[in-house]
Amino acid sequence: MDQGSVGLVTPQRLDFEQPLALDCGRTLSRYALMVETYGTLNAHKSNAVLICHALSGDHHVAGYHDAQDKKPGWWDNCVGPGKPIDTNRFFVVALNNLGGCKGSTGPSTLNPDTGHPWGPDFPLLTVGDWVRSQAALADRFGIAAWAAVIGGSLGGMQVQQWAIAYPERVRHAVVIASAPELSAQNIAFNEIARQAILSDPDFHGGHFYAHGVVPSRGLKLARMLGHITYLSDAAMRAKFGAELKAATPSFNFDVEFEVESYLRHQGQSFVDRFDANTYLLMTKALDYFDPARDAGGDLVTAYSRACAKFLVIAFSSDWRFSPARSREIVQALVAAGKDVSYAEIESELGHDDFLMPIAQYHRVLKGYLDRVAGAVA
Amino acid sequence: MTPSPIPHLPSPLQLRPDLALISEWIEPGQRLLDLGCGDGELLAHLAQHKQVRGYGLEIDPANVAACIARGVNVIQADLDEGLSDFGDAAFDVVVMTQALQALQRPDDAVEEMLRVGKTVIVTFPNFGHWRVRWALLRGRMPVTPSLPEQWFDTPNIHLCTVKDFEALCAARHWKITDRALLNHAREGGLLSRWFPNLFAQVALFELRPMKARFAT
Repeated sequence: MDQGSVGLVTPQRLDFEQPLALDCGRTLSRYALMVETYGTLNAHKSNAVLICHALSGDHHVAGYHDAQDKKPGWWDNCVGPGKPIDTNRFFVVALNNLGGCKGSTGPSTLNPDTGHPWGPDFPLLTVGDWVRSQAALADRFGIAAWAAVIGGSLGGMQVQQWAIAYPERVRHAVVIASAPELSAQNIAFNEIARQAILSDPDFHGGHFYAHGVVPSRGLKLARMLGHITYLSDAAMRAKFGAELKAATPSFNFDVEFEVESYLRHQGQSFVDRFDANTYLLMTKALDYFDPARDAGGDLVTAYSRACAKFLVIAFSSDWRFSPARSREIVQALVAAGKDVSYAEIESELGHDDFLMPIAQYHRVLKGYLDRVAGAVA
Repeated sequence: MTPSPIPHLPSPLQLRPDLALISEWIEPGQRLLDLGCGDGELLAHLAQHKQVRGYGLEIDPANVAACIARGVNVIQADLDEGLSDFGDAAFDVVVMTQALQALQRPDDAVEEMLRVGKTVIVTFPNFGHWRVRWALLRGRMPVTPSLPEQWFDTPNIHLCTVKDFEALCAARHWKITDRALLNHAREGGLLSRWFPNLFAQVALFELRPMKARFAT
């Protein structure tokens, strides 16, 4: 463990008894959230930062659960002592979103009314629902306002929603590799991923837990498709080329190319750690996000409620959430008269770059957050 | 006891002279767009001293990071791609200092500035300055304090003289509402006042759209 690591961390499960009204019209009478925190909340409770995760993320953002862990949390390169999200200065809160499969209440947890896993009966959630549950989490810690809410991709949508839904509770909104709503192309990718899962015979209409199986083929396909969209063409070319693994073609459907091997590995390892119903739910939440829809179709009107200052970051090689989409956010924020900065990071990998320790990316984040920390110190 | 040294505070006197002059032309509380804002020096100064709110546009990553670190709103963008992200008359003032000559189409850029801003301020190095003419008379491309690069590595691809710029303004019906000409010390001297095209190294122009296109 390096000096910049938060070290060993222990997640905690927080139970909420206050019912949560959902956008779909249903209500969760009680729920649990898995949470990790790093750093120390100051006396004024003004140095709290919320990290919102993306499609397959969770509460384990930084550090290690066990000294034997091979890998740290998913954003360890950015969160820790002296890192851009500096745990010496901030109290960092991360959670597994409602509907997730890493310990928070979701389709794979038990429905208290039936004693069986929720499965497909778990309500479909929206980004707005998540943010309401995160507000309950903030209340639990006594945090009246976040110094900053930070998130990439689907996490960036939660950041936008926070700034709109709870204007007085967000001082700074950091929106990374995100979009004001999904494009038709993006929804199309999600739909193919869902169809792969839904059409797997082992899916059993979402009740696969009772059958002792998982729709591994469908989930694997969904993840393979996702991975293609998270990488740039150039990155795939550089990483895999079009080289055969053997000297000559074998004229069958075994793994012959490096990229096939990579995708199959990524797909398989995802099946081992992720729930198919959660995947369906997360992709739907992505599809539904559209703050303009709730403001008469006008994004400027939607953002005009916000009080936060914004930092928007995009990556040049990201085509799943392209810089053009981030510029739409910036354009609307400028038109709404909000404080906003925008950095377009020169990058190679694609959408996945938002998780990479790119020097300019971290310089921008650190420069911004140092000022945020200075203002609350 | 010896008095402790006075802490370094940014003041109009320490600002780059052309920026200090622009600062005098800006009214308190105005909404400003600074095209090619560099490290955000002008915006930071105006925010502190004139409660100006605004944004800088900048393409260079190091400058973008510098702006963000000093708390200046900066939007990373290529000025050659225009200002289509911004609405008509969205800003009280649109400023561009020493960047006009590096653009693909300076004329289109000024048109865009006049669309987005109620007032436009541009500054550029005067290619009519005697040092430039002297170098050309000697048969060489000029290398001067305000044009320090060689012909092959200069970003300045559309240089013009004070007279050239005024001719463009006349042809396009851009209304010149103020003008300042700075010599090599970047101060307004008598020579640059009497013979601006020969002695001014840096020219500052304030422009307005010819007629109010938007009802107030």
